[in-house]
Amino acid sequence: MIIQRVARWIDNRLGASRAARTTLNKVFPDHWSFMLGEVALYCFVILVLTGVYLTFFFTPGTKEVVYHGSYAPLDGVKMSQAYESVLRISFDVRAGLVMRQIHHWAALMFVAAVIAHLMRIFFTGAFRRPREINWMIGVTLLILAIANGFTGYSLPDDQLSGTGLRIAYSVVLSVPVAGVWTAFLIFGGEFPGNEVLTRFFVIHILIIPVAIAVLLGAHLAILVRQKHTQFPGRGRANTNVVGARLWPTFMAKTLGLFFLTFAVLAALGGLAQINPVWIWGPFEPAAVSAGSQPDWYVGWLEGSLRLFPAWETRLFGFEIPNPFYSGVVIPGITFMLLYAWAFLEARVTKDYEEHHLLDRPRDRPVRTSIGVAALTFYVILFAAGGNDVLAARFDISVNLITWVFRIFLLVLPPLTALLTYRLCRELQARDHEKPRPTAVLERTQSGGYVEVEEPAGAPRA
Amino acid sequence: MSAPDRERRAVNQVAVAFGVSALASLGLAAVYWQGGQNQVEGVLLAIALGGLGYGFVVVARRLLPQGPYTEERDVLPSSEGQVAAFETDLERGEGWLARRGFLLKMLGVAAGALGVAALFPLRSLGPNPGNSLRRTKWRRGSLVVDEQGEPVRVRTLEVGGVLTVFPEGHLEREDSQTLLIRISDENVVTRKGREDWAPEGYVAYSKVCTHAGCPVGLYQQDVKRLLCPCHQSSFDAVEGARPMFGPATRSLPQLPLMVDDNGLLRAQDDYDEPIGPGFWDRGR
Ligand code: FES
Repeated sequence: MIIQRVARWIDNRLGASRAARTTLNKVFPDHWSFMLGEVALYCFVILVLTGVYLTFFFTPGTKEVVYHGSYAPLDGVKMSQAYESVLRISFDVRAGLVMRQIHHWAALMFVAAVIAHLMRIFFTGAFRRPREINWMIGVTLLILAIANGFTGYSLPDDQLSGTGLRIAYSVVLSVPVAGVWTAFLIFGGEFPGNEVLTRFFVIHILIIPVAIAVLLGAHLAILVRQKHTQFPGRGRANTNVVGARLWPTFMAKTLGLFFLTFAVLAALGGLAQINPVWIWGPFEPAAVSAGSQPDWYVGWLEGSLRLFPAWETRLFGFEIPNPFYSGVVIPGITFMLLYAWAFLEARVTKDYEEHHLLDRPRDRPVRTSIGVAALTFYVILFAAGGNDVLAARFDISVNLITWVFRIFLLVLPPLTALLTYRLCRELQARDHEKPRPTAVLERTQSGGYVEVEEPAGAPRA
Repeated sequence: MSAPDRERRAVNQVAVAFGVSALASLGLAAVYWQGGQNQVEGVLLAIALGGLGYGFVVVARRLLPQGPYTEERDVLPSSEGQVAAFETDLERGEGWLARRGFLLKMLGVAAGALGVAALFPLRSLGPNPGNSLRRTKWRRGSLVVDEQGEPVRVRTLEVGGVLTVFPEGHLEREDSQTLLIRISDENVVTRKGREDWAPEGYVAYSKVCTHAGCPVGLYQQDVKRLLCPCHQSSFDAVEGARPMFGPATRSLPQLPLMVDDNGLLRAQDDYDEPIGPGFWDRGR
């Protein structure tokens, strides 16, 4: 067969057969939560595919042009080349709009999948030795995913993205000592600056995607080297991996997942309108619309900016403005803690052993409660990012709702932590009550029965 | 159902799924050829991909060997002997380096210098901030014009009216955008020392929010408050745009106005403090 001929040709030159065979036989444990990381990976692939198409038509220019395309309501309106080219993609390039919308939805789902994957890793303790390196790479990937989402969101140069950029500029400006210079170097001068679109374009289509691709490669290579974690269960131990082989079963399964992910994004891209920039209009510095909302993954930062009380610091005639705390310190602490978590936990629990068996969240009540508390914190920030929308919807004052959120932010995380802790304990107690079989009978293919022992003390998955 | 039956059913399902996918792809090409239509394209693409995805999942779950297979883990750390051997080999260079400590230091100096020199081109990315954050385009006597460039007269606004204005010749300048409000029909004093800043009830505040720089676009006439739509800071228009609520810590700077002999509004001067969000040496 032709495949065999090709394989032989390659092997004669590279001697790759042995490594290739190990790869084919690599075992993948099966659990629904292991698919989250795969979905993230496939979102990235889809982002690259659709993104390449979009770059063929997008112009990252700020030069002013007058629109005469097929979207009549904006005919004769002055706008930047960037905004005009996005209109062209949306209305005049065939299949342009569907590509653009798939791209945007894929970006939203990419960050969501990365965060869901991170939560899976966190709550099951998969970050423990020997996987600390991959944990840190993963956190970096999350930051890069958010950063690339933000730069991409800024490119169309519409009213919403301009507002987002204005706030980002002010946050950079707020950094002590270096803020002003940094902001001027990034934006090429005082806001709006003529350079920022071109620069964000290069960052968005080259620098960050390459960084993501390289780190993803490392992430996967380390995963192959260390092999997967698995939940405890019959026949599973810290020294083995139990599951399906890469070839052909896992291959078919994961290809299926890729196509299904893509299918969902295609359906969203076709049917669910996203970021209709022609409604927001081109960016004008003096205009801003009420109720403007960023993409979901920036929502927590938006909420942080909104909830933080009117504090600033003045020292010897210098000042640390308010957005530094809400826009730099809070995300800074967030990511610092994430990076450090794998090491902090080992420190506290004095557990420096290798772990390949996953925890069930209930069996680690302290970690689980801390995780839930943190999650509560960010969900409240996220909700607060839409406090004006909520206020309008429920017809209450923004001031009231802001205060409610400020109080929630301090009160709810400890409360949910406590509840989680109790719940974990409860579930543990229930596990102990259940009578456990001392042995399991299994029917063999020939129709007889064998007694299969369960490893003593191993919780069932 | 017996095993062969189940298998036959699975095979049929996969065949149908792949077939549907192929039809959808043909449809997709046809729709594109006919001029394209966003929703139809999305749906057909979803069916084409979904058919493939569904087919592969059925193959994986029903037709291929399920295992479970067990694979032993390698011990990750290398053996003591291997580590020791590696360290010896490393020593080969290290020992040489240790004996040539001085060369190592010089290398450090050279590499450091190169690194610093390589940072210099970053300077090309932007101009020197200088005092650009401290000045706007407003000057003594600048004519106040609206967004179309039309000069503003005393009778332009009714009491309660608002207008976004710029200094003449600098329309759309981000840092010079100013909100003109007529809060009364006689002189208004918003703060001590600003006795003649608001002739005929016209007060003018920088429109750039002191929190994070959004345009402060909303004026609530009943309570005479300005509201920033970005993070809901509100400012008291009567008392020098003092912040009332939200994250903003500072008042919006006020532009001193005057009325010239022709009844046109002009600025007395630039703002007396940097406009917009704070920065490290703003007070210097
Ligand atoms: S920019 Fe005005 S409140 Fe934040």
